Amino acid sequence: MKHITALKNSLLISFWFMFLTFPIMVIRVNTIENVVEWRWMNMLYVGFGSFVLSFVWRYLISRKEAGVKQAAAADTPSKRLTERLLTDSAFYRPVQIMAAVFFLAFPLIFSTYQINIMTTALMYVMLGLGLNIVVGLAGLLDLGYVAFYAVGAYSYALLNHHFGLGFWAILPVGAILGALFGILLGFPVLRLRGDYLAIVTLGFGEIIRLILENWNEFSFGPSGIANIDRPGFFNIDLSLEQVTVYLYYLVIGLCLFTMVVVNRLKDSRIGRAWVALREDEIACQAMGIDKTKTKLTAFALGATWAGMAGVVFAAKTTFVNPASFTFMESAMFLSIVVLGGMGSITGVIIGAMILILTPEYLRAFSSYRMLLFGAVMVLMMVFRPQGIIAGVRRMYHFPVKQSEKGIGGS
Amino acid sequence: MLELDDVKTFYGSIMALKGVSLKIGEGEIITLIGANGAGKSTALMSICGIVPPRSGKILFRGRDISGRDPHGIVSLGISQVPEGRRIFPQLTVMENLDMGAFLRNDKGEIKKDMEHCFELFPILAQRRHQPGGTLSGGEQQMLAISRALMARPRLLLLDEPSLGLAPIFVRLIFKIIEKINREDGTTIFLVEQNAHLALQVAHRGYVMENGRIVLEGSAQSLLNNEDVKRAYLGI
Ligand SMILES: Nc1ncnc2c1ncn2[C@@H]1O[C@H](COP(=O)(O)OP(=O)(O)OP(=O)(O)O)[C@@H](O)[C@H]1O
Ligand SMILES: [Mg+2]
Repeated sequence: MKHITALKNSLLISFWFMFLTFPIMVIRVNTIENVVEWRWMNMLYVGFGSFVLSFVWRYLISRKEAGVKQAAAADTPSKRLTERLLTDSAFYRPVQIMAAVFFLAFPLIFSTYQINIMTTALMYVMLGLGLNIVVGLAGLLDLGYVAFYAVGAYSYALLNHHFGLGFWAILPVGAILGALFGILLGFPVLRLRGDYLAIVTLGFGEIIRLILENWNEFSFGPSGIANIDRPGFFNIDLSLEQVTVYLYYLVIGLCLFTMVVVNRLKDSRIGRAWVALREDEIACQAMGIDKTKTKLTAFALGATWAGMAGVVFAAKTTFVNPASFTFMESAMFLSIVVLGGMGSITGVIIGAMILILTPEYLRAFSSYRMLLFGAVMVLMMVFRPQGIIAGVRRMYHFPVKQSEKGIGGS
Repeated sequence: MLELDDVKTFYGSIMALKGVSLKIGEGEIITLIGANGAGKSTALMSICGIVPPRSGKILFRGRDISGRDPHGIVSLGISQVPEGRRIFPQLTVMENLDMGAFLRNDKGEIKKDMEHCFELFPILAQRRHQPGGTLSGGEQQMLAISRALMARPRLLLLDEPSLGLAPIFVRLIFKIIEKINREDGTTIFLVEQNAHLALQVAHRGYVMENGRIVLEGSAQSLLNNEDVKRAYLGI
């Protein structure tokens, strides 16, 4: 009975899709010969495809619902496995060491082209981890994160263009400017949450881009700034290949730095205050947590990494223009965080690798990229809303005292 | 210790406190009783600065605190157990307690105070690494009280600590409130629906109706007052 209704529904859906796509899939006006072509075969494909997909979808949903019931009855083994992988050092140490060796040896094994792609991916890891502070820990949905990335990139581009300042001098400047802009954005949105916050931050991102695009005297408009210096290495001139490798290790270093800091933040008092503020603002105020300061810190600390990544971006491409800082980038950063798992460092790394590397290696599908992207996101939201790796917060442990052992039953 | 002088508080254009004046002396247990919507919680929120009053004075140890930020007020020594517990469900019991001590930096003392809370409520010690959201209602109330104590307040504001608790828990909580008052010398301002019990532990009480104080006096005199008996004690 259940299967029959499922079949019926899928059939209805396939008819609906055939109807909807009829004008674009079946009719084609040949403007050269002035005739209309009727491609009836396409209709059949659409009908069959949507029927099968809809049926599979239904099957997966029903399985998921059954799974939820099971999970309620007992801890699912898969959940326990991920938790163990993340918390038991016997499990994660070897993986960590393998990953470290792989990333360190990467430039020795692969071509310059591959190194370049990996460097980009690692930059997105940095950006993802930075955004994770704002979205994952503090629970503030920020859709304008690209603005801080642009601030970093343009601060290097402009200071280098006008004053010839070097990469290492600007890296901290980019970070600080990022943080300042984070606070600047933070002030007006302090009272907003959820959707409203998302819309205003999105607007902020666009404002920064539009300013860069239109203020020709300041930012050279849409044509951007070219011939930015690559990072220097003790005044030694490096060949292009050497620079690529150098940048790779530089980004690895910055990534590690980010990971250490984010990890510390996560388990610090301010990190816990972010979680608390996300859960109950009034209780936080009653505890004496300064709402304004705590939220602004989240924005500032998140934006810092975008600022730094921006400096690296400008140094890597030696060219910046506003087209690199569209809303698509913000969406990409957010997708990395959501796909990987909010609040989880490992998750964000995996998310960045998947979202940046797959399109590079699946060039054949490049025209369907956004389509696939959307489909994957929808599937994730339905079947694994917590992300690939759910954030496991490390609990705040005090050394066990004897008194604890003394307290037995209730 | 705390003095409210003609305090008026608004939610938008709705006037929730229509000129409240009351006095709390050092070391006292004062209760505030009143029907639903009388403005009791609003009074506590005004004292804490979360819903600041539009006019009137709130003096704490001689200083006017009515314009201060909530965190400034907590740092002066006022902490609140808000209505409906409002513990942080994702944080563990210990992390919740640590949030209570947010403005303090003396790690060793914080740890000692945690142990003190665990002595008051031994069940919390067993649950110390459990997320707050998984505690039972009564345990959450104990946690909320402990969390407020972690700030080492001179004045503890309690908003309906008996709400939704079994009688045995209610008695336990009231006993501990008395103990905190007696042993630590903490002044207590207790908002309650359970007027009978509240007037038994309190020294003095205020009765609030429609955003105004309509009656005040010693706990005993309120217990014997005919109006109070009819309206709040159901006798
Ligand atoms: N956030 C708010 N926005 C608008 N009006 C509010 C808000 N909070 C409370 N009020 C109104 O203020 C008045 C006083 O509310 P308050 O919560 O102080 O009552 P209470 O005495 O604590 O009641 P209860 O015993 O039910 O907790 C009520 O009329 C209520 O509707
Ligand atoms: Mg109330």
